[in-house]
Amino acid sequence: MDKQKIKSKKAIIPLVCIGVLAAGLVLIFAWSAGLLGNRTTTASFLKDIPNSFPAGYRRAHSKGICFEGTFRSTGKLAPFSKATVFSQDSSAVLGRFSIGTVDPFAADNSTRTVSMAMMISSENNQQWRMKLNNHPFFVTHDALGVIRRSDAYKIDSTTGKPNPALVSAFLKDYPEAQNFIDWADKAPWVNSFAVAEYNVINAFYLIDSKGNKHAVRWSMRPHAPFSAWSKEEREHASHDFLFDDLKQRLDKGALYWDLVMTFAEPGDEIENPSKAWPANRRQIVAGVLEIKRVFDQTEGGCRDINFDPTKVPAGIEVSKDPVLTARAGIYAHSYNARVREIGYGKATDAIGKKETSKDK
Amino acid sequence: MSQQKNLKSGSRIREWFKSVKIFKLRRRHINRSLPLNFNLTGRILHWLMATLILSTMFIGLGMMTSLSSRPWLIDLHIPIGVAILFLCILRFVNRIMNPIPALPSDMPKIEKKMAHFMHWVMYAFMFALPITGWGQLSAGGFQAKLSQNIILPSLIDQNPVLYAWLHDIHRGLAWSLFFIVVGHLSIALLHALVMKDGIFSSMTWGKDKIKKETKRPSA
Ligand code: HEM
Ligand code: HEM
Ligand code: HEM
Repeated sequence: MDKQKIKSKKAIIPLVCIGVLAAGLVLIFAWSAGLLGNRTTTASFLKDIPNSFPAGYRRAHSKGICFEGTFRSTGKLAPFSKATVFSQDSSAVLGRFSIGTVDPFAADNSTRTVSMAMMISSENNQQWRMKLNNHPFFVTHDALGVIRRSDAYKIDSTTGKPNPALVSAFLKDYPEAQNFIDWADKAPWVNSFAVAEYNVINAFYLIDSKGNKHAVRWSMRPHAPFSAWSKEEREHASHDFLFDDLKQRLDKGALYWDLVMTFAEPGDEIENPSKAWPANRRQIVAGVLEIKRVFDQTEGGCRDINFDPTKVPAGIEVSKDPVLTARAGIYAHSYNARVREIGYGKATDAIGKKETSKDK
Repeated sequence: MSQQKNLKSGSRIREWFKSVKIFKLRRRHINRSLPLNFNLTGRILHWLMATLILSTMFIGLGMMTSLSSRPWLIDLHIPIGVAILFLCILRFVNRIMNPIPALPSDMPKIEKKMAHFMHWVMYAFMFALPITGWGQLSAGGFQAKLSQNIILPSLIDQNPVLYAWLHDIHRGLAWSLFFIVVGHLSIALLHALVMKDGIFSSMTWGKDKIKKETKRPSA
């Protein structure tokens, strides 16, 4: 019978080969899934989020508000990109303003980072998602630097301060981080979402109808005049100052931003987000964003959306900027964590459960 | 009698197909003596799909971990996965419409049952994986993009409850299928290299005799 063949001596070599093959496949699988070895994966970026993190909230930029708006194209970008959003007159926008802290209950004067995220939907079922910050450039040239930085600046429990040796080792490997530190020292703190200029920071390519690629970055440039907090004003600002201010401004009328597309020139570093391109690069106003209404993120809308900046429409392509490509995975993990919490009924505050439980 | 038995798996569904007029033409194959190999369509689909499934599985893992490649990996994962869905349906129809080789007569009954059961389990996985993948995209408000301009319709409306379930089921199925496939492949190689009983060659182009063939009493 065939079974005896397995026990015979001749079978040893093939059996070992099969065992090695099967074990090898399992090991490759485990390595690919990030379970084996200490490979940095996109999940590593969320390793410091505690289990006690309030369920249902974004793992960063957690405090935010949804907005609805309209993007009106100027048509001037149509020669450079075949994306329908640049040729059609107007497109619907769903977005979100947020502040750059991890804590969803943070005070508005606790961070200098204000952000805008949005999804523009245009003809042919095209979606353009983006996340923008008021920084002009990123801290490090790659994504790994972000983990290196947060490890280096961890508070040492004995001294109550970051370990200076770790900090200088980080700055040695990522000297460009000094530019960001200097910027954060000097740049004014905006006192309204309405007056901030939001930058996409990473590079993309516009694809025109002939298939030519144009390396670009873009910004949302506010129509409202710039204004900033003095140190005293900031210290005394109310807990939800920026969000209250946004609602008050919208009660009086719509807010506007120009989408300004900046074109790289030969020699500009496309894939280095820590380096802003020179100020004299060609700029084209692609269109104007009008925002008329904001609403609470507990209502849904922007809450359950991942404004993954790598989800671009036909006519735009992502570059190999390593921070951009890493963010695609990082945002997926944050999205999965928070939407699963909502889906499995673990979220309370994030979905405004206190109010709705009364209605039932 | 023995033929009836060998045709057992899927026989009810096959009966149904037989009752449908347009499939009548194929019927005559069923009562012929059993083949030594899976039919050509079945073999091509098996090996094509084995390649696609293993690729898209590792692409799936890669896109959940890689710092540099998620954008293009997910752009591959979705079209390959959707191709698997359509090939799986094709393969299923081909499978129930045609006779398949018999398993060796000296194989214990329980093992034969297990073998057939696992084959149908794999069909279920090949079907459920793309459906849950597509479903989770829809439930998460994402698009199932085959290319920049070919975008599949949403299967369901955006919904966090369904997203949570479909996401976790897709992941659970994918991980389970991996271990099933490793088992399947090991057993297949066992038959090929050790038992040499014709089971492996039934899925290739070889004509190794399956023992059954010689011993089968005539019906
Ligand atoms: C590797 C570096 C980065 C890490 C680890 C990181 C991490 C995160 C995480 C975990 C979230 C929550 C996402 C969600 O749950 O949907 C988030 C949101 C956000 N990030 Fe980043 N981020 C990085 C780089 C950047 C850069 C370069 C920008 C600016 C262009 C940016 C802008 C934003 C914005 C605007 C949001 C809020 C999105 C929303 O309102 O949905 N991030 N970030
Ligand atoms: C037989 C076919 C398929 C296999 C074997 C497969 C396998 C996988 C694997 C291994 C993962 C990673 C799971 C994890 O470790 O988290 C994954 C994730 C995923 N797959 Fe599939 N998949 C298949 C088909 C599809 C199809 C057809 C679609 C969409 C139309 C799809 C969409 C997705 C999505 C959206 C994710 C998760 C992405 C995220 O969480 O951000 N899959 N798949
Ligand atoms: C890559 C390595 C693989 C090898 C060496 C292999 C080998 C074989 C062999 C020899 C058979 C015939 C066995 C019999 O009749 O009992 C078979 C059948 C089968 N295999 Fe695989 N296989 C592989 C991968 C896969 C994968 C990835 C799947 C899908 C998940 C799969 C699904 C099936 C199914 C469903 C059958 C039953 C026949 C049919 O209905 O098409 N195989 N395989």
